[in-house]
Amino acid sequence: MELNNLDSLKFFYPEAVLTGTILLLALLDLVVKNKQSLGTMALLGSLLSLWATSQLYGSPAGWLFHRMIILDQFSLFFKVVSLLAVLLVVWMSLACREVRDIHQGEYYTVLLTSALGMFFMASSSNLLMAYLSLELVSLTSYILTGFLPHNRRSSEAALKYLIYGGVASGTMIYGMSWIFGMTGSLDYARINEVLLRGEVNRLSLFMAFVFILAGFGYKIVFVPFHMWSPDVYQGAPTPITAFLSVGSNAAGVAILIRFFFPAVSRLEEGGNWAFISGVEWPHFLLIVSMVTMTLGNLSALNQENVKRLLAYSGIAHAGYILMGLVVLNNEGLMAMLFYIVVYLIMNLGAFLVVVIVANATGREDIEGYRGLAWRGAAIPAVCMAIFLFSLTGLPPLAGFVGKFFLFAAAIKQEFYLLALVAVINSVISLYYYARIVKTMFLDFPEPADPEVAMTPDASALLGVLTTLTVLFGIYWGPLVQYTNQSLRFFIK
Amino acid sequence: MTDNLLSYMIFFPLAGMVVVLLLPRERHELIRWASALFTVPPLLLAVWLYMNFDPADPGLQFVEKLPWIPAYNIDYFVGVDGISISMVLLTALLCFLCIFASWGIDKGVKGYFALFLLLDTGMMGVFVALDFFLFYIFWEVMLLPMYFLIGIWGGPRREYAAIKFFLYTLFGSVLMLLAILALYFTSEPHTFDMTKLIAQSDKYSTAALGFWPFDRLGWGFQHVVWMALFIGFAIKIPAFPFHTWLPDAHVEAPTAISVILAGILLKMGTYGILRVNFPMLPAATADLAYYFLAALGTWNIIYGALCAMAQKDFKKLVAYSSVSHMGYVMLGMATFTPQGISGAVLQMFNHGTITGMLFLLVGVIYDRAHHREIDGFGGLAAVMPVYTGVSALAFFASMGLPGLSGFISEVLVLLGAWQKYQVLAILGAAGVVLTAGYFLWTVQRVYLGPTNEKYRALPEINGRELFTLVPLGIIVIILGVYPHAVLDLLRASLDHLNQLVIPHLS
Repeated sequence: MELNNLDSLKFFYPEAVLTGTILLLALLDLVVKNKQSLGTMALLGSLLSLWATSQLYGSPAGWLFHRMIILDQFSLFFKVVSLLAVLLVVWMSLACREVRDIHQGEYYTVLLTSALGMFFMASSSNLLMAYLSLELVSLTSYILTGFLPHNRRSSEAALKYLIYGGVASGTMIYGMSWIFGMTGSLDYARINEVLLRGEVNRLSLFMAFVFILAGFGYKIVFVPFHMWSPDVYQGAPTPITAFLSVGSNAAGVAILIRFFFPAVSRLEEGGNWAFISGVEWPHFLLIVSMVTMTLGNLSALNQENVKRLLAYSGIAHAGYILMGLVVLNNEGLMAMLFYIVVYLIMNLGAFLVVVIVANATGREDIEGYRGLAWRGAAIPAVCMAIFLFSLTGLPPLAGFVGKFFLFAAAIKQEFYLLALVAVINSVISLYYYARIVKTMFLDFPEPADPEVAMTPDASALLGVLTTLTVLFGIYWGPLVQYTNQSLRFFIK
Repeated sequence: MTDNLLSYMIFFPLAGMVVVLLLPRERHELIRWASALFTVPPLLLAVWLYMNFDPADPGLQFVEKLPWIPAYNIDYFVGVDGISISMVLLTALLCFLCIFASWGIDKGVKGYFALFLLLDTGMMGVFVALDFFLFYIFWEVMLLPMYFLIGIWGGPRREYAAIKFFLYTLFGSVLMLLAILALYFTSEPHTFDMTKLIAQSDKYSTAALGFWPFDRLGWGFQHVVWMALFIGFAIKIPAFPFHTWLPDAHVEAPTAISVILAGILLKMGTYGILRVNFPMLPAATADLAYYFLAALGTWNIIYGALCAMAQKDFKKLVAYSSVSHMGYVMLGMATFTPQGISGAVLQMFNHGTITGMLFLLVGVIYDRAHHREIDGFGGLAAVMPVYTGVSALAFFASMGLPGLSGFISEVLVLLGAWQKYQVLAILGAAGVVLTAGYFLWTVQRVYLGPTNEKYRALPEINGRELFTLVPLGIIVIILGVYPHAVLDLLRASLDHLNQLVIPHLS
């Protein structure tokens, strides 16, 4: 179906609810005295939006707003993921001392705006819309990164982020202009039509794809567009780091899949995708994937700051996620979506423990975790160990299942080298994850190390995330089913 | 009750872990007794299993199968046959005894016993799992508690030893994971069910792959998968050159964990080869295991014995003796003869009991003297006669003295080896001499000679320590006289296994 502006509105409730919450937050900020309640408002708003999203399941797929936005299972999936990310991050912010003293109203407003941008990233069906939504997410991310007042690191990170982001999106829009020049259209469906007719110069198309990958790559954080991430992750307030690591990454994957699969490839029988012959972007991404995971893991080995370490680990995980793209079939895509969900859970969990420790000690370096298990924080330490081992990919934790699907997709299409590089990388990653575990359990605290206590809301969130990490490691059937269902693209 | 026998054996310890976690932290005695209590049912069930196991049936018994993730044909599928039953018995027994060997742990008692019980579940699961996915899960579940048990409760270099163990084993298991996936996608319909994978073993291509280095080696898909699995298992055995984690892990681990490590974990490597490589990839086994595995085993025997001879640390000596003794297992199973292969599996069982005793004995002396320098003792026989008597039994069993269990299994292995590889059989027999050499030398230095004045007042071995040693000693003697108590269990399944591989031997 193809709807005009007015008819589209009734399929637009999730976005509308979110926008309403954002506006309400900005207004309430002026009158409400208890700023903590704004966080609760944001929480409620995203819950309501989640409910509205769930109501859209079952409605027909199609174009909204004159072919600007697509409504299909795939975009709904990413709406749910973005909302979960923002929901959990708001919850985490409520438990975080670092962000308690900053302007709550603006903070939550910008955070929700970023989630709104992610909605559009996942559902845009037009290069212009894709660019605008990506910029919306980027701009809000810059602001959030620099949100800590009088903090040099935070400001430096924001500036670096801005400069890298500017260059990357500039390159991307340049590539988009090539596509427009070659196909005469910004609309994905029409681009697809022209490209499949095969009248386009292969080399220039490949160049255009590489340019566009710069923009997507900087959101997903793959090599060589990863340079900003360690500084930004370290400098930003921890909940924001967590948000960028999962939300921004997921939205980047969404826009990437949407562009490279329905827009420029063709779905064949049996769930395999055929790319335009002569434009070998999968092989390009194959190399990018291997380099990304290796570089991320090797750089993480010597990090002393936990947030920085998790930034490099995030780069490595972006490499793993790309594996699903390279194999060019729906199983690979399913593995990517699955991995995004479990990565969201376990990575947010790890950052939550960083928040809990920083609340008590103000430290983010690995040394600050010395003997954590013996300092009255046995539960967060055990949970952290669970999240880190899940990130390594050890069963019976969710991360293992995620990696299992990615490896399975690679093996099925006989990408043995890729699978081998990936498993060796898993072994390398164990070393640095286990280093944190070692510091928490195997080292004993010194008398000067403070006790670490948890607030009730932090422990509740920790409980939820840990349970999910273990649960999806043991029984993941329903989640697989959900991600499989989410792989329905509206093409025409 | 008997329907879900194996599940009870797997999950009783896990329930025990939950109970232990719920107990108050300070009640050390309570935690210890609770843990002991939860290892009793698996032991009793193991005895019942032993009584009711039908040795004439080469197939699987006590099978349980439930769908777990139907979309991927993953089942909860467990069962035992002649290959696994001896290992299940060993696991149940050693876990029960090791709880008592851990009585002296007084730091983080709750965590220790909780992790120990989790380890118990993992080990039991590996030996009974018949779904490859389930097997892999249990295989990995074991790693985590082991890492913490060595890393937290170990000796001075525990951190290094723990991470080394972890990295080595994980490297092996990820290779195994790739192999599992490759088999899964080759099977039709895709399945992780080991019995079905074995049934279609002829589907895995042996035609040489077209790219370097496999075209030169003449390796096909089946050979590559075999090698990936083999490396995973060889790290666990540990076969040369993957053995270097073992001395470190053993020396640093607390006594009970050393016993588990040597007694059970090492067996998983050889068990895996017998359970997976041999029946599932018989053609590659015939090509690759013939001679290569036997030679590797012999090299392990000699190399391990020579290393053991050079050790100054008592525990390291026992650790290297394990490397040497596991060599007999590899040599035995590479013969594809009834004697050799049953000797190999019997050796797995015997090594578990004998080396378990040896590590317990080292633990006893370490608890008293707080060091393990072989040259630092002397004349202990006069001070601790009972301890010396038990030690002598274990040493002689390990050396392969007739009348004790080690003798039977080594002789069977060498009998098998003589039929196929005479040179290796001679070298393997020479290993027995080396073993006798380093053990007798150790006996001389530690127990005989003039009494070291420093240790004149060492207390004699106590009741609890004897309680952990005596059952193992009795088994060693019984199996030395009447090996059929175990051999009868194995024969049918192992003959069947041999028949799968032998047609492929050229």
